[in-house]
Amino acid sequence: MDLLRVQDITESYQAENGEIFALDHISFSMGKGEFLSIVGPSGCGKSTLLSIIAGLLPPSSGSILLDGQEVHGVDPRIGYMLQKDNLLEWRSIWKNVLFGLEVRRQVNEETTRRARRLLQSYGLWEFREKYPSQLSGGMRQRAALIRTLATSPEILLLDEAFSALDYQTRLTVTDDVYRILKKERITTIMVTHDIPESISMGDRVLILTRRPAQVRELLEIDFGPERTPLTCRGDPRFSRYFDHIWKELKSDG
Amino acid sequence: MDRRKSEAPAGLSKERAEYLRRKKARRRWVLCCQWGLLLLLVALWEVLARLGIIDSFILSQPSRIWRTWATMFVEGELWLHLWVTVYETLVGFLLGVLLGVGLAILLWWSDFVAKVSEPYLVVLNSLPKIALGPVIIIIVGAGTEAIIFMALAISLIVTVLEMLGGFRRTDRDAIRMAATFGATKSQIFRKIVLPSNIGTLFGSLKINIGLSLVGVIAGEFLVSKAGLGYLIVYGGQVFKLDLVMASVIILSAVAALMYEGVVLLQRLVMKHRATTE
Repeated sequence: MDLLRVQDITESYQAENGEIFALDHISFSMGKGEFLSIVGPSGCGKSTLLSIIAGLLPPSSGSILLDGQEVHGVDPRIGYMLQKDNLLEWRSIWKNVLFGLEVRRQVNEETTRRARRLLQSYGLWEFREKYPSQLSGGMRQRAALIRTLATSPEILLLDEAFSALDYQTRLTVTDDVYRILKKERITTIMVTHDIPESISMGDRVLILTRRPAQVRELLEIDFGPERTPLTCRGDPRFSRYFDHIWKELKSDG
Repeated sequence: MDRRKSEAPAGLSKERAEYLRRKKARRRWVLCCQWGLLLLLVALWEVLARLGIIDSFILSQPSRIWRTWATMFVEGELWLHLWVTVYETLVGFLLGVLLGVGLAILLWWSDFVAKVSEPYLVVLNSLPKIALGPVIIIIVGAGTEAIIFMALAISLIVTVLEMLGGFRRTDRDAIRMAATFGATKSQIFRKIVLPSNIGTLFGSLKINIGLSLVGVIAGEFLVSKAGLGYLIVYGGQVFKLDLVMASVIILSAVAALMYEGVVLLQRLVMKHRATTE
């Protein structure tokens, strides 16, 4: 059975200058461990869709099903990572990593052991006593990811999570993050405006139309089982996928 | 951390050592000049008064101020007046901070209450609170309470506005981040908004300690039987300018010390936070 089902989501909201239709009957589903990239013209409602899945925003109609059950509000099984790392400057890296657990009142021996293991396996253990300002952009982003993973989410939502990083850092961090997510077998939805990034990480790419956004296409990406975001950029199929998505997005504008 | 920087480790380059030495020398020189200037002014005042160039009956003179202090000290009067003023200021200050921060939290919590009270805050903020003196005296009585109330009236609204502004400027993304973990409003306040505003809080404490003192002195001018403000008014009325000057100088020392107390507290809190978080 599907782990996550996004079913017929429609969203419209009221603003000072009128009613805005953001999403128009969006549906898709995902299996465990799958990575889905979402691309679309800017301002098409990609981030709105993520906020709805995260439970931060109620949909006007439609539902989000997790393990076949409808989700209302913020669900502990869903983790959400924003564009900025939002590490709190007054907390050490260790305390930052425990932040999510603290908010959920889940700090105990088992969860701290998990947090420690994550920091150790992803190269931040020696920096646990440091403060965010003492870390590089890539390390900060990794710490933010560990903060989310420490709460053991089954589904991770990434909202342009790497766009604040410079290009080189971004390539290494996406590679790191991809490995971490695959190893932890976490189902991931990533919203991005960067087409190469969407192809290099996604098992599938969901292409949205302009606002009100509809599903234009759900594209299967196949680079074989041994892929990583860096190696598949050199694959001849990469540019074919790129051209395809580019054309789809352009024909829309 | 500063000390570590200024201390010269063994392998320091010659230029660096020279730079540090020069910086230290300059700091000393500035301090020397500051004290020198004070001494010079006091000496000049004394000499001019003795030569009769300035009228020491109106402007007093350092030696007479000194004698006034000595008498007050011997008679034990000094400590009484000092204590009364410091006590009133501290009580007014603490009440102002507690109530001010409390009200700011309430206004941050409820957008509706904040919107409704906005015009009232604007008017109260621009009103010269000293004008409320007679009203305060009639309501709470002509005593210490009225003076503390005056200190409170002067510092309260500033605290509310200052803290509320700080709360509202809290990084929205940080709040959103907490929300993605399902944080409640109270958790968002305790874990994000309040810690982001420690700087704002101390900024407002530094302003408040001065404002409370203004309120206390103004209150003591209106109603009092003791305190530095009382001494100043009394000295003025009976033309004892030595007493006025002596009290004003003590008052400036008190103001500076209380301000430094807040600075010290800030340093302690920051240090504590760095070691526990």
